[in-house]
Amino acid sequence: MTTIQHISTSRRIKDRVVQGLVYLAFLLAVVPLVSVLWLVISNGLGRFDLEFLTHSMNGIGARDAGGGAYHAIIGTLEQVLLAGVISVPIGLLTAIYLVEYGNKGRLSRAISFFVDVMTGIPSVVAGLFVFAFWILFLGLDFSGWAGALALSILMMPTVVRSAEEMLRLVPNDLREASYALGVAKWRTIVKVVLPTAFTGIITGVMLAVARVAGETAPLLMTVFFTNSINTDPFSGPQMGLPLFVFDQAARPNDTAVDRAWTGALTLILIVMLLNLVARLIARWRSPARGR
Amino acid sequence: MAAIAVFLISEAIPALRANQANFFTELTWNPNSEKSFGIAALAFGTVLSSALALLIATPIAVGVALFISHYAPRRLAAPLGYLVDLLAAVPSVVYGLWGVTFLVPLLRTPSQWLNETFGWFPLFGGEGIIGGKTMIAGAVVLAIMILPIIAAIAREVFLQAPRMNEEAALALGATRWEMIRMAVLPFGRPGIVSAAMLGLGRAMGETIAVALIFPATFDITIQILTPHANSIAANIANGFGEANDIGRGALIASGLVLFVITLLVNMAARMVINRRKEHARAGA
Amino acid sequence: MSKQIQVSGLDAYYGSHKAIEDVSMTIEPRSITAFIGPSGCGKSTFLRTLNRMHEVIPGARVDGKVLLDGEDLYAPTVEPVSVRRMIGMVFQRPNPFPTMSIYENVAAGLRLNGRVSKSTMDGIVEESLKGANLWNEVKDRLNKPGAGLSGGQQQRLCIARAIAVRPQVLLMDEPCSALDPISTLAIEDLMAKLKDEFTIVIVTHNMQQAARVSDRTAFFNLAAQGKPGKVIEMDETSRMFTNPSQKATEDYITGRFG
Repeated sequence: MTTIQHISTSRRIKDRVVQGLVYLAFLLAVVPLVSVLWLVISNGLGRFDLEFLTHSMNGIGARDAGGGAYHAIIGTLEQVLLAGVISVPIGLLTAIYLVEYGNKGRLSRAISFFVDVMTGIPSVVAGLFVFAFWILFLGLDFSGWAGALALSILMMPTVVRSAEEMLRLVPNDLREASYALGVAKWRTIVKVVLPTAFTGIITGVMLAVARVAGETAPLLMTVFFTNSINTDPFSGPQMGLPLFVFDQAARPNDTAVDRAWTGALTLILIVMLLNLVARLIARWRSPARGR
Repeated sequence: MAAIAVFLISEAIPALRANQANFFTELTWNPNSEKSFGIAALAFGTVLSSALALLIATPIAVGVALFISHYAPRRLAAPLGYLVDLLAAVPSVVYGLWGVTFLVPLLRTPSQWLNETFGWFPLFGGEGIIGGKTMIAGAVVLAIMILPIIAAIAREVFLQAPRMNEEAALALGATRWEMIRMAVLPFGRPGIVSAAMLGLGRAMGETIAVALIFPATFDITIQILTPHANSIAANIANGFGEANDIGRGALIASGLVLFVITLLVNMAARMVINRRKEHARAGA
Repeated sequence: MSKQIQVSGLDAYYGSHKAIEDVSMTIEPRSITAFIGPSGCGKSTFLRTLNRMHEVIPGARVDGKVLLDGEDLYAPTVEPVSVRRMIGMVFQRPNPFPTMSIYENVAAGLRLNGRVSKSTMDGIVEESLKGANLWNEVKDRLNKPGAGLSGGQQQRLCIARAIAVRPQVLLMDEPCSALDPISTLAIEDLMAKLKDEFTIVIVTHNMQQAARVSDRTAFFNLAAQGKPGKVIEMDETSRMFTNPSQKATEDYITGRFG
């Protein structure tokens, strides 16, 4: 009594083959990640010492060992901080406009579209733009501030998108409850909507910061290079950690390449730390989401 | 956006005026000494490397997206998805470093084998040095870098495939793959297309990784296993430090070209996505 | 083309939650069996265990036996895919494949089982659409998308899609709950016609519908919220609606709860 027939072998094989391919694709995607992290850690640990973290490259010749990325770490932190100071208020205001005032009108749809397209601006173009505008057109000097400007162009769309998403998650009941008490719209936004979405927005900002912290190309043409410590982001060339890695990696001798690996390790640690903190904040006080 | 275009154009004009060669057809790039430069070889390299990267990344990204949306055990899907997202968090300069020290030597032997065995095929052809800092090495690194974006978007689209259509397919006696082909892939096709285009835009604009890998030659060849490769973005990064005024203007002009190309690609991709969104809303 | 289903001692779980407990029943061929009961009592879950669609939901599993003419559907050598091929299903909301035409929707199941010649395929599609009382309405636009039809037509298209693969049994999970009264009537007429060929099992919220179309009725209920659902009573529909043996059945049918 074999009324239940088995499915044909070819169908079964096809199903299995596809399953195998899908698993393989995932492995193929993870292999480079593991390989990159492994190489960065194993090659980077060698020079990951106190000298690296506390000294600059000032007076260190191309072939000399030693030296460090202190100047680059300082530069990166300042530039990223400044980029955040520029892009977060603008990004947040844009998001508030889109969610609270835009009403899906023509203007808000246009803004929304351009924010999306801005996500795709190559970072090197953003750098060139700041160079053309700030340094060539206004005749100002290379500086950490110019780098921060370029980074903020890259950060802005990410901030807008994540803030927008978070604001949309704020239940309308909350807004209406506030309106019903006779509270003005802007006060509702400041006192009710923003605090509710606060942690989510912070998470989004941290992720955006993590993303631009690793950007090299825009720094190349805005902060230029330096081997010495410059703590003032508003005057004179600075260094950035990604730039440091790029600079050292392009040199032919081993001591420089070792420094590049350690720089890469430091950079990845910073980026991963920011990512981790962002995810922790998101988990710590996320508005109840059914994910 | 307009400001970007305006300033790039205004700073590019003096250099373009001084250019002795035709900007669009000239291969070489000597703006500093000879005031002669052209975008042809660079633009070709940009397009070829990005297209190759897309060719490598898209199938894998779709596989990864399917793995996370339909194959992985439910409890593991989210952490595994996060793992793939981590690929996007690695800075591009690190990929460049990895590419130069690890991938380039790794690809040498297979490249030579491909050249010897399939040398008649133009892409794998070429005489002299095979392997090293090649177009294919850069394309592989680019593929790794754009994979997470494509995978993330494709995953979202696959997860949105209507559950009831998936059940309908299963109830007809479809295997898992047949169900995916009937109910998931047709639904996700526009999403995959636009994801791939976003990836393409990203690959074209990617700078530092390829600047470290590409050997900065100025010629047009499709022999991807020979060390001849360059791109607009890589050329900007490599040339910026030594450029004089004309040189910088020339680089800005090339950046403008890159800007326009990526803008078009991205706008097309966004338009596909937006149309789909409205479609989905109307259908709901 | 029609088979008997025997269920014994069946439990179904979602993760650690037991949704139905110890269900045993016999479903006769060439007849319509209706499942009624309050929301959440497990009647849809039970229906989905009959063609192994229940286990599609992550974490869901089944204990017990389901025999199709004596053959256990949950035997280790039996593949869920071939079970579903033999036991078709129609869902609560019409779900034609949105990217396929009317013709392709009906042909979708057949195409899975290898190449069929164009003329055979045309024949089966026409026959299935006629079987679903839809042929006259769509014969001039077979290549138009299935999603362009009205809700009632879409549901009949789904029925045509299900019967095109010649299943032994047809399971219907509240097939009319998303439809207007006229479309509902059309589907009910269709069921009466289809029972000559198939074993039909229907879950419904609408007791009049159960009374109108079914030969036998099973009443499902659960002791309390969070407890598993059970079969309280199963009998000839006519007797069930005039003279139920259980107090709970009577209360439900007369509208005192549920």
